[in-house]
Amino acid sequence: VNDVITVTVDGCRVDVRAGTLVAAAVEIAAPGRGARVSPGGARRQPLCGMGVCGECRVAIAGHPHRLGCQTLCIAGMEILTDD
Amino acid sequence: MNARAGIDVAIVGGGIVGCACARAATRAGLRVAVFEAQRIGAGATAAGMGHLVTIDDDPAEFALARLSMRLWREWSGWESIERVGTGTLWLAETAAQRDAAHAKLARLSAAGLQADWLGPDALRSAEPRLARDLAGALRVAGDEVAFGPELAARLAADVRAGGGRIEEMAPVAALGDDGLLLADGTRVAAGHVLLAAGCDSVRLWPAGSPLTLRPRKGQLAITDRYPGYLRHALVELGYIAAAHGDDDESVAFNAQPRASGQVLLGSSRSYADATPEVDAALLARMVRRAQRFLPAVGELQMLRCWAGFRPATPDGRPIIGRIPGGGRGNQWVATGHEGLGLTTATGTASVWLDLLLGRSPEIDAAPYAPERFAEAAA
Repeated sequence: VNDVITVTVDGCRVDVRAGTLVAAAVEIAAPGRGARVSPGGARRQPLCGMGVCGECRVAIAGHPHRLGCQTLCIAGMEILTDD
Repeated sequence: MNARAGIDVAIVGGGIVGCACARAATRAGLRVAVFEAQRIGAGATAAGMGHLVTIDDDPAEFALARLSMRLWREWSGWESIERVGTGTLWLAETAAQRDAAHAKLARLSAAGLQADWLGPDALRSAEPRLARDLAGALRVAGDEVAFGPELAARLAADVRAGGGRIEEMAPVAALGDDGLLLADGTRVAAGHVLLAAGCDSVRLWPAGSPLTLRPRKGQLAITDRYPGYLRHALVELGYIAAAHGDDDESVAFNAQPRASGQVLLGSSRSYADATPEVDAALLARMVRRAQRFLPAVGELQMLRCWAGFRPATPDGRPIIGRIPGGGRGNQWVATGHEGLGLTTATGTASVWLDLLLGRSPEIDAAPYAPERFAEAAA
């Protein structure tokens, strides 16, 4: 029963299982929203899933450009897309 | 100029200086062709920071920078280029630098520039990420951050629109009495030739010429996008001493917010290293110097670093004028701007064009005269 934690994605609370990736939590909280926004204004989606392409970048706890596909959720974590 | 000749002025080099000269000549009704060995704006123009900064330490440099900034603002393209009008903060670490900053403030104010002194508290609110133990900063409004290759490309577009030619991937083999010789063997007839090829100019000026230029390597790093991280272009006051000094290798802190939100970090100067690669140990020194002023800068993700070469003269001033002993007196030079080519390209073009057309330049051209090297050698 301890395996569910709560994080926030763009201010909205979402419950996820411990061990969930930040990129997955974003998808659960807001299906299709993706992660960062390109300089041209386009919404970007996680692509490689292995920390190379940088398309999953979000701000975590106020730190911009964190890789959502390489970061596990921690209880209370604040995640912002549109990084 | 000869109306029957195809080209009035053939310009060697399509960097910021060559392009600015080409544009000025085109506007004056001359037929211009630019021959660039690589791509427009690809050399020192692309490697530099893009800081348009009114340096005032030398009266001649100051006059050229002020004329240039006025001409940049009068340029039709000015309002539509990528540009961050941040102004500059000259950062003082010590009481001695604070005193030097006040002297600089007096000079700038006397010349009518907008500048003021920020004490430690004012500095903290103006630029919150700076170290807390600084003595203060001189804030100079009116300085800008732009993107060199874009400026060069826009000036080149003006030349094309005015009927001039821009030839890329067209290296020049030699200057001649009646034009120039391209590396592919093509002869280009032209009434005048202007050498504006930066460090590459050395290869082309007459044998035995007293003109002197040394490549001075510099390297820079740029981060990912952190919009709002900095509000001004930041330069340590020690930068001037480093820039004017003759040390083989020096590092001075310089950071800029780009329009993209990226942070550009500099700077280094090296005469000793002729290799084009980034020197990692020197880069580490630059980052440590940056951490002195921006203690948390290490949290930023560095995306890219690169090196380039500034064309440096012994007295730090550009060379603008007729090449002594060059051709039939129809060979000209405009280079040697070291790190100020972007800032002073427009003023350089104005001075050169006035000399070419037999007019009196808006500022005294003597400090930039090619003859000064011959006099120094004599």
